[in-house]
Amino acid sequence: MSETYLATRPAPPRRWGRLAGGKTFPVAAVVFVLIVVWYLGAIGLNSGRVIDGYDADDDMRNKWTTSDLIADTLSMNRPVLPAPHQVLVELDKSVLETAPTSNRSLLYHAWITLSAAMVGFAMGTVLGIVLAVGIVHVRTLERALMPWVIASQTIPILAIAPMIIVVLGAIGFVGLVPKAIISAYLCFFPVTIGMVKGLTSPELLQLDLIRTYSATPSQVFWKLRWPASMPFLFPSLKIAVALAVVGAIVGELPTGASAGLGARLLAGSYYGQTVQIWSALVLASLVAGLSVAAVGWAERLTLRRMGGRT
Amino acid sequence: MGRDYILIAALLAGIVAPFLSVGNAESWPTAAMALWIVALAAAAILLLPLSASWAAPLAIGGAAVGAVALYLLLDAGARGLAAPGLWLAMIALAFLVWRAMERSAALGARTKSRFLDLAAPILLGIWIVYLWQAIIVGFDVPHVLLPPPTEIAGAIFSSTGTLVADFVQTFIRSMIPGYAIGCGAGFLVGVLVDRIPFFQRGLLPLGNLASALPIVAVAPIMVMWFGFDWQSKAAVVVIMTFFPMLVNTIAGLAALGRFELDLMRTYAASYGQTLRMARLPAAMPFIFNALKVNSTLALIGAIVAEFFGTPIVGMGFRISAEVGRMNIAMVWATIVVAAVTGSAAYGAISLVERSLTFWHPSLRKVA
Repeated sequence: MSETYLATRPAPPRRWGRLAGGKTFPVAAVVFVLIVVWYLGAIGLNSGRVIDGYDADDDMRNKWTTSDLIADTLSMNRPVLPAPHQVLVELDKSVLETAPTSNRSLLYHAWITLSAAMVGFAMGTVLGIVLAVGIVHVRTLERALMPWVIASQTIPILAIAPMIIVVLGAIGFVGLVPKAIISAYLCFFPVTIGMVKGLTSPELLQLDLIRTYSATPSQVFWKLRWPASMPFLFPSLKIAVALAVVGAIVGELPTGASAGLGARLLAGSYYGQTVQIWSALVLASLVAGLSVAAVGWAERLTLRRMGGRT
Repeated sequence: MGRDYILIAALLAGIVAPFLSVGNAESWPTAAMALWIVALAAAAILLLPLSASWAAPLAIGGAAVGAVALYLLLDAGARGLAAPGLWLAMIALAFLVWRAMERSAALGARTKSRFLDLAAPILLGIWIVYLWQAIIVGFDVPHVLLPPPTEIAGAIFSSTGTLVADFVQTFIRSMIPGYAIGCGAGFLVGVLVDRIPFFQRGLLPLGNLASALPIVAVAPIMVMWFGFDWQSKAAVVVIMTFFPMLVNTIAGLAALGRFELDLMRTYAASYGQTLRMARLPAAMPFIFNALKVNSTLALIGAIVAEFFGTPIVGMGFRISAEVGRMNIAMVWATIVVAAVTGSAAYGAISLVERSLTFWHPSLRKVA
C-alpha cells in the first residue's frame, strides 16, 4: 500500500529532503534554537536588575519602553547571563586584540592550561598503556589489579586535586607538573580499559597462526597485539584528552593559580565578571573540542597508514 | 611447573636479611625474629608441590605473619637507609605477597567462587596500605606530605561528626536532588526527542560534543545564580548528568532490532505499548550505563562546585579548608569518605542493574 501511495504522490522537494535527512541542517537548527533561548534567557534573567536600575533613576522611572529594556539587558556591564554577542566581543578583545604573550590575553591562559593538559595526557597515556600491557601479560596482575583500576574511577578523583597541588607545592613543585599529574590520573583509566580490550582483541585463530610461525612473545606483541589494539586505543584517547583538559582546569582552581583558564574562572567569580567567566568557558570548550578533533585526526591518519577501513 | 624462582628469591632474601644491620633497632626483637622464621618456614613449605586449596591459605598466612614481624622490627626503631636488613626483608615479603596473590587467584579461578575471586585484589589493597604505612614510618616522611594510614584512620574516628555533616551536605542535599533531576530530565528529553527524528539528528552530535566539554567549569556561574548553599551544587550536577543520560537514552531507544519492532507492529501495539514493553527494556543497559557514569560525575560536580563558595560544611569545603590549614590527615579522611561514597553509589546502581537487566549477554552466567 505504501508503495502505491508514494508512487502517486509528487516527489518531495529534494534539496529540503536531503538537508533535513543529513546531519548538518538539524545540528544548525538546534544550535540556532539554543542561541535564541540564550538571548531570551539573557533578557529574562537580566531584566530584574535593569528594572531596579530604572526605578532608582528619576529620569527613567516609569518612562522606559520594552525596547529600552531589551537593549539594556543585552549590554549590561556585569550581567547575570551575558548575551552571546557580549561573550564574542570579550573573546575578540582578549584573544585577537591582545598580544598572545600578555597575561591579559586569553590565549596565554589557554596555552598554560593546554600545556599542562598535554603533559598530563602523555603521562596518563603511557601509564595506561603500561598498565594494560601488564594486565594482559601477567595473569596475577589482571586478577589483582583490574578491580582496583575500575574502583579508582568510582572515586571522585578531582576532589583530591587541591591536595595534590598543595602537597606538591610544599616540596617545591609548582605550576605545570601538579596539574599534569591530575590530568594524568584522569587519563589513564580509559586508556587502560581500551587497551586491555584492544590487546586481547586478536582471536585465538590469529594467535595460533602467529605461533605456528614460531614468533617470540615480543613478536606476538609488536606484530599482532599492538596493531590490533589501535582501533581501540584512539576512542579511549579521545575520552582521555577531554578529561585531561578538565583535570588541568580543576587543578588551577584550589590554590588560586595566577594563570590558566581555571584561574580566569576563579578570578571572574571573585569579582563578579560574568563576561570573563563565560569567555573563559567558551575558550575552554574550544580547547577541549580541538584536542579531541586532533586525536580524531591522528586516528584517521594512523588507521589509514595501517590500511584500516575508516 | 619448574622451580619457583620467586619463592627461592624470597627465601634467600629472607634468610640474608637478619644478618644485615637494622639501624637503631640494633637487633631483631625476639618476637619479630620468631614470627619471621615462621613466615620463612611457610615460604619453604610452599616450594613443595601442594594443592592450590592448601597453598593459598598457607601463602596468605605466611605473608601476614611476616608483615607483623617486620612491623615489630619497624616499631623497635629500624629507620631509613641505615636499616638495609629491614628493607631486604620487605622485598622478600613482597615476593611472598605476590605468590599469595597468585595462589589465591589460581584458587579463585579453579573453584569459580566469587568470594575467592576477591581475595587477590583485597590482598593487593592491604599490601599497598601496609607498604604505605611502612615507608612513611620507616623513612620518616613528613606527615604533611603524606600521612600514614593509621593517622587517617585516627582522623576518621576523631572527627566522625564533621565528616557525617559534610557527607549529608554534599551527598544527600546537593548530589542526590541534582542527580535525580539531571538523569530524569535527560531521560525525558531523550524519549521526547526520539519521537522527532529531526531533533534526534540535531541533538545527538551536540550531546556527544557536550561530553567532551569541561562542564564542571560552569560551577562559578551556578554559584553566582543560585547562591552558596546546596542549590547551586545541585544545579551543576544537573548540567553534568543531563547529557550522558540524553545521549544514552537516544542510543538505547534505537537499540531494538527491526524484527522486534515488526513483531510489535503485528500485535497492533500502540506507540506507548511498544515503548513500554519493547523499546525501554531494550534501552535499559544504556540507561544504566549512563546512571553509573553519572554517579561519579555527580559527586565530582558537587565537590568541585564547593570550591567556588559554600556554607562552612561539605566535602569540597572540608578539602579546601583543611588543605589551607595543612591538616592533610583530615583531607585524606574526607577523600576516604568520598571514595567509599562513590564506590557504594556505583555498586548500588550495579546491583539494581544486575536484577533488572539479568537477560543482557554481559550479565548472563556462562554455565
